[in-house]
Amino acid sequence: MIDILIVLIKIVFAMMWFLILALYLTWAERKESAVMQDRIGANRANIWKFRAIGLFQPFADAIKMFFKEDFTPVFSKRFIHNLAPFLSFFFVLVTIAVIPFGDVLRLGEREIKLQVLDINVGLLFILAMLSMSIYGVILSGWASNSRWTLLGGLRGAAQLVSYEVALGLSLIGLIMVFPSLTLSNLVHFQGELLFGWLPKWGIILQPLGFIIFLFAAVAESERVPFDLPEGESEIIGFYTEYSGLKWGLYMFTDFMKVLIVACLLTTLFFGGWQVPWLYADGFHFPWGGQWLLPHGIVVAFQVLAFNLKVFFFCWFQILVRWTYPRFRYDQLMDLGWKVLIPLSLLNIVATAILMSL
Amino acid sequence: MIKALGYFSELIRGSIITTRHFVVNMYFHTLKLFRIKAQRKGAVTTQYPEERVEIAHRHRSLHRLMKREDGKPRCVVCMLCATVCPSECIYVEAAEDPDPEVQKYPSTFTIDLTRCCFCGFCVEACPEDAIRMDTNEVEIAEYSREDLIYDLDKLTR
Ligand code: SF4
Ligand code: SF4
Repeated sequence: MIDILIVLIKIVFAMMWFLILALYLTWAERKESAVMQDRIGANRANIWKFRAIGLFQPFADAIKMFFKEDFTPVFSKRFIHNLAPFLSFFFVLVTIAVIPFGDVLRLGEREIKLQVLDINVGLLFILAMLSMSIYGVILSGWASNSRWTLLGGLRGAAQLVSYEVALGLSLIGLIMVFPSLTLSNLVHFQGELLFGWLPKWGIILQPLGFIIFLFAAVAESERVPFDLPEGESEIIGFYTEYSGLKWGLYMFTDFMKVLIVACLLTTLFFGGWQVPWLYADGFHFPWGGQWLLPHGIVVAFQVLAFNLKVFFFCWFQILVRWTYPRFRYDQLMDLGWKVLIPLSLLNIVATAILMSL
Repeated sequence: MIKALGYFSELIRGSIITTRHFVVNMYFHTLKLFRIKAQRKGAVTTQYPEERVEIAHRHRSLHRLMKREDGKPRCVVCMLCATVCPSECIYVEAAEDPDPEVQKYPSTFTIDLTRCCFCGFCVEACPEDAIRMDTNEVEIAEYSREDLIYDLDKLTR
């Protein structure tokens, strides 16, 4: 009974964390882009003249979206047209289940893993769910029954499918180094030290793999340097025929993808919840000192470290989105097939050779 | 492949520029948050309804019709402004003035601001200095088009 309750609480917490952060990512994106461009950004939404640097903006947006007309064109395939946004939303939402937020939390006799579901194919699960969300893109383009959305959907599918290959291949090297697909094990492996002082994070063992994964993952989130499927500024993309909340769902899914990519980058390459030299009983510094801490504080440190790393990568992705112009379509395909995939194959071979030495 | 690596260094250069802007602006925003005096603001923009930029001396703003000492409009209905107006938005109708020095005065003078492009030609053309664009009013928006057709009363105000 208590076990089920704990699982439910974990699910609710993880989902709240995911959705609220995704909601505030819209705010962060506006503010960060504004600061980068010497502006101030959205700061007018207020409650009784209380502006709080625009923190109410996401709610104002949500209210606006609720009251917009939800228009379904008569020529669309109604059922699939309605289903598609929920498909892509759902498949991105479930990926949060396998992300480890921290190590085990001991409450009395009970050990609670700070992770909703620790399945032994966690990494594959995330990759699979992210590829499933492509169906939302293709179906929305097809169900709208308009040529432009169909082209947008197909373009999106082609991009996502080709970057999926690089995404998968770039992780093979990592799986060879840390022989596990379980995300919690991956994070545990990254807690070990190299030469006695360097944390054994994925980026140190797999720098090339990290760069390929970064490119492919940013391409997966369909944001500006790779935003050919939607092309929100001029070309017409797959969600042209959507309006109101269903359009909002697509937009929201985009931000959730940013967040899940940040989580993946953190978990796979930046040690997840690991803080350098922090062990279950406190800090043990390589120069000999130690600072022992109670269990609760250690767990708090871990969760905080995970969150900070995720925030950093969200910040980084927004930076990328507001720095680079969009790729031309053939350049995008060139980058995927002629640069990233050969590089990731090279990475696999190099890793294998280095490991067998 | 080699070309792609060249692009890669450019990518890094670009992101360094935007990061520099972000960090420098955040530094000034933080100073302002703690009410420390800084040499500049974190943003170059002006928060418009609260802060306003001073309008330049020669800015062409909303029109006004000048008056004589006795309060009548200076306009002598020579139709020069209506002729020169590229948007054809000035409509003037003459009436006879009892004063032989003046002869004509405008019985109607309307400017359709929905069409006006604020070129200022009417001001240049007027031989009597009867029309000027120096009110410094720039917020002329209205809810209906009719409200933007300014007549004699509104223009001589
Ligand atoms: S400013 Fe130009 S467009 Fe406007 S009324 Fe004068 S001449 Fe016509
Ligand atoms: S040019 Fe001057 S005087 Fe002539 S009609 Fe226009 S406002 Fe009147």
